[in-house]
Amino acid sequence: MWYGLRKLGFYVVAAWAAVTLNFLLPRLIPGNPVQVLLAREQGQGPVSPQEAHSLALLLGLGHGNLITQYFQYLGQILRGHFGLSITYFPTPVTTVIAHALPWTLTLVGVSTVLGAVLGVALGTFAGWKRSAWVDGLIPSTTFLTAIPYFWLALVLLYAFGSLIHLFPLNGAYSATLQPAFTGPFIASALYHSVLPAATIVISSVGAWLLGMRNMMVSTLAEDYVVAAEAKGLPKRRVMWGYAARNAVLPSVAGFAISLGFIVSGSIVMEVVFSYPGIGYTLLQAVQNDDYPLMQGIFLIISLAVLGANLLVDMLYGFIDPRTRAAR
Amino acid sequence: MSTDNILVGTAQEPALTPGATSTPPRRWWRRGSLRLRIGLGIVAFFVLMAVVGPFFVGDPNAFHAAILQGPSARFPLGTTNTGQDVFAQLVYGSRGTLEVGFLAAAVATLISILIGIGGGYLGGRTDDALSLLSNVVLVIPALPLIILVSAYLHSKSLLPLIAVIAFTSWAASARVLRAQTLSVRQRDYVLAARASGEKSWRIVLVEILPNELPIVTAQFLFGVIFAILTAAGLAFLGLGNINSITWGSMLYYAQNDEALTVGAWWWFVPPGLCIAILGAGLALANFGLDEVSNPRLRVVSRRRAR
Repeated sequence: MWYGLRKLGFYVVAAWAAVTLNFLLPRLIPGNPVQVLLAREQGQGPVSPQEAHSLALLLGLGHGNLITQYFQYLGQILRGHFGLSITYFPTPVTTVIAHALPWTLTLVGVSTVLGAVLGVALGTFAGWKRSAWVDGLIPSTTFLTAIPYFWLALVLLYAFGSLIHLFPLNGAYSATLQPAFTGPFIASALYHSVLPAATIVISSVGAWLLGMRNMMVSTLAEDYVVAAEAKGLPKRRVMWGYAARNAVLPSVAGFAISLGFIVSGSIVMEVVFSYPGIGYTLLQAVQNDDYPLMQGIFLIISLAVLGANLLVDMLYGFIDPRTRAAR
Repeated sequence: MSTDNILVGTAQEPALTPGATSTPPRRWWRRGSLRLRIGLGIVAFFVLMAVVGPFFVGDPNAFHAAILQGPSARFPLGTTNTGQDVFAQLVYGSRGTLEVGFLAAAVATLISILIGIGGGYLGGRTDDALSLLSNVVLVIPALPLIILVSAYLHSKSLLPLIAVIAFTSWAASARVLRAQTLSVRQRDYVLAARASGEKSWRIVLVEILPNELPIVTAQFLFGVIFAILTAAGLAFLGLGNINSITWGSMLYYAQNDEALTVGAWWWFVPPGLCIAILGAGLALANFGLDEVSNPRLRVVSRRRAR
């Protein structure tokens, strides 16, 4: 209980840091081009006073001193007012993000879990069955971890989209379909997600594999593993129940770092596939100097990553009782 | 996860189980250093390419009549859609890419030494505050923040890019260094130095830091990979220093000029491949160093191994 509360407290602080950073950035960076922005927005069409206020606060154009601006900004954020997007004027930033977020959450979420499970399983075997040829293969995983996601995406797209027309070249679903929870649409979405998901799994699996394999090697030399073997327990039980179970802990604890990598890689990767998620939207925002949208996306990605980490930390407390006992 | 290997490598002494090896250990020692040698060889190759390569290739910006040509004797890696020599760009690109990678990693390592070892050594409130700071920076995803800052800066030059990457990527190594410092500062020689009245900065610089150099080196090498990948991703989105030739900016122009659609694989495959090979080289060097310090990782056949 104490462990959970402490973790929760930490993530509240981290979330506050992200929100505050978002507030400070436009004010800290000299000569920012946002002064022009509000004028441009108001020139494009009517802006509701509510949203204009949010925008002014977000971009550092608010009235009053910094402290009052800050609290007004917090209020707007809590009420979900992120201003209006310039790219998709006059759609509120929250609406734009709400359209893009499900794609990224599903794609990155499922592929991250897939990559982790696959990597941990392969790492367990590689650490358990150590033979010359498996050990010889291990260094090649370092190559996988150093591949830029977006480049792998380009290569996969070229090989399986251009050369042999096995998978579609872009998008998240067939253009002839309307997004809905119907059989054909889901099938089309799955079909379109094969290459993006493969990109994430291939580039992330190496790091999990390597970490797990090295921990397995260390764990297998522990006395309790030797004792379990001496008792004559089945090999399978020793491998999973005794060795892997303990060897996986550092991988779970290092999830925050891995997730940061994967999310960063996926953002750029989406651009290659024109996958209509957060990353692709972020590119649109960058190209159009759409600062409200960029800031909204930064905030949403940060909060999503923090949420995922909180979840994993809770899981960690569950699988490793020592963390709960430690004060 | 790589950080865990390093911790394992330093925290545990090799425990030799009887009959743990069936092959002579010397062979695996050699193998470990082979890994290191291959890694360092790859890195040395690219460093050489960056330093002297540009003197041997033509002007990477010159336009030739041959447009979108595949690899040939004259252009080993073909030409771009404006008739630029891809091979010359690749060689020049190595310079810009390594510059960003090594400089950003160096700055990040400096920050992590300051915050990690400083916090770990001083302890108390300072340590609490610094380690909270590291943990917060660690969980806030770096690239979205870097993109946001780069977009605000509107800068296409090198220094802001290096600063932004360095200031978002020091946290993981600071955490590793702090953990190691917590253990080192309890050792006898540090206690002795403290008892004999050495100044704090001297204890940190002379007693603790040299002891953690392997970890610092490992973190630096990973920092280079991270910085190169980040800069490439940023360039691919059209941010960062895309006006100078780097492997990232090559990929940006290849993507924007439809290299994929026209099937100009010689244009977009080499830069990414170079990044991956260089990254693998850096990682191999790292694991090679790790294996030297943790023999358990290279003992191959165990009693139970099939």
